[in-house]
Amino acid sequence: MLEFKNVTYRTEDGKEILSDVSLQINDRFVAVTGPNGSGKSTMAKLIAGIYMPTSGKIYLDGEDITDLSITERARHGISFAFQQPVRFKGITVKDLISMAAGKKISVGEACAYLAEVGLCAKDYVNREVDASLSGGELKRIEIAMINARGTKLSVFDEPEAGIDLWSFNNLIQVFRNMHERTHGTILIISHQERILDIADKIVVVAGGKVAAYGEKSEILPELLNVQAGCRFTKEVRD
Amino acid sequence: MDAIQKSLLAQIADLHEVPQGAYSLRINGNLYGKNDSENITVVKKEDKPGIDIYIKPGTKKESLHIPVILSQTGLKELVYNDFHIGEDCDVTIVAGCGIHNGGSEASEHSGIHAFYLGKGARVKYVEKHYGEGDGSGKNVMNPTTVAVLDENSYLEMETAQIKGVDSTRRKTEARLASGATLIVKEKIMTHGDQFAETDFTVDLDGEDCGAHVVSRSVAKDNSRQTFLSRVNGNNRCSGHTECDAIIMDDAQVTALPQIEANHVEASLIHEAAIGKIAGEQLIKLMTLGLTEKEAEEQIINGFLK
Repeated sequence: MLEFKNVTYRTEDGKEILSDVSLQINDRFVAVTGPNGSGKSTMAKLIAGIYMPTSGKIYLDGEDITDLSITERARHGISFAFQQPVRFKGITVKDLISMAAGKKISVGEACAYLAEVGLCAKDYVNREVDASLSGGELKRIEIAMINARGTKLSVFDEPEAGIDLWSFNNLIQVFRNMHERTHGTILIISHQERILDIADKIVVVAGGKVAAYGEKSEILPELLNVQAGCRFTKEVRD
Repeated sequence: MDAIQKSLLAQIADLHEVPQGAYSLRINGNLYGKNDSENITVVKKEDKPGIDIYIKPGTKKESLHIPVILSQTGLKELVYNDFHIGEDCDVTIVAGCGIHNGGSEASEHSGIHAFYLGKGARVKYVEKHYGEGDGSGKNVMNPTTVAVLDENSYLEMETAQIKGVDSTRRKTEARLASGATLIVKEKIMTHGDQFAETDFTVDLDGEDCGAHVVSRSVAKDNSRQTFLSRVNGNNRCSGHTECDAIIMDDAQVTALPQIEANHVEASLIHEAAIGKIAGEQLIKLMTLGLTEKEAEEQIINGFLK
């Protein structure tokens, strides 16, 4: 349903972040992993329309979405959870979830979305999404917003970043539940073995290229092969 | 009241008719009506335009409405309202000024409010300023507020100028006795060629008194805003002043917070921040399906809520 066709992305100063990436994603739960600086987050931003490819095409369900804006892509059914959630003065958790749902929602509905991500709803629903919330709390609200949107493609950029160990266990459970219930495709960028372990398929990105893409059962053991080092990233380096 | 006047009243005071309980309603330079309650007395001043309001000690959970409406172009008025609030009261005062200027001359309302809070009194003061009209005449409002807070009294002022006021100079002076608290929450939005200046002076005279003066504003188009605030700590006290502004288009914002400690145990903080809407905020809301313009509106509405 999501396809990258010969996608290259260069920054304004000419640095190539992604090189001629072609990839088709049709599975329910796909994890994207790879070393820091390999181009994973760039890939996510290209999907959401925050970055535009230097060359190549992006398709969603066969439709060319390469030139669509962020808003248009959102309306085509793409959701994007930021690695660093954004804070807003004066906008409440309920306001944001309403905007995500695209309609006015009741306190009860907002609470249901918050409960799903392990937040006690009554403590949060009227809180402002400002500096008074911790990184972990913001991350969960970010995920609740994606759930409220309920789109056919949800992209999460390192959901584990900035989350403490205790919250992390809950986060894994949240994604497990999502895996069971989702009717769309979930694409998660992650370094965490336990998140990769929930995925159906894993994409390994290294040096701006797709180094491997396959079933979790094939890819994960190789990634965890500490002694030999990961064959995929090594091949790209060599 | 005609339709325009009724609509202004709804804008500034959420009122659709003459209010219940104690009120004073001023329309086009004249006292249109007033009402006393058992505990609140409204007396028309004899020597100058305006009213004296007396609230009996111990009055609880009562409110007073004092809206002002100008729908006649070119009218200029200066009104003096004095509030004498008895000891241990707990009351809400809803003020506000709405101008509809359909002509070419400036309409101007300048209200000078003086609050005298008795010992232990609690007052919430809510004020909205709003202007409209398709004439070329300017809508001008220059409110002055003087607040004298006796021991352990509490005054919370919520002021909002959301739309249509071409020029405003707002001056607020407060003096606090021991244990008194002053909270000011100001919201201003300017657009077009509007100009807004707010100027606070707070004297923290008594032991353990405290003040928070917080201003949030949005300046659009070619508008200009100036925020001045002086908090003087003259005793063991705490003071905080904050100006937080969003600047857009070709607007201009100046913030001059000033704190002065005249006592070794005065604890004073000032904060001022001016900036445009953060790009990542716009992007976040756009990934939820909002257009850039809708995202901007949501961010501003939230900021000024």
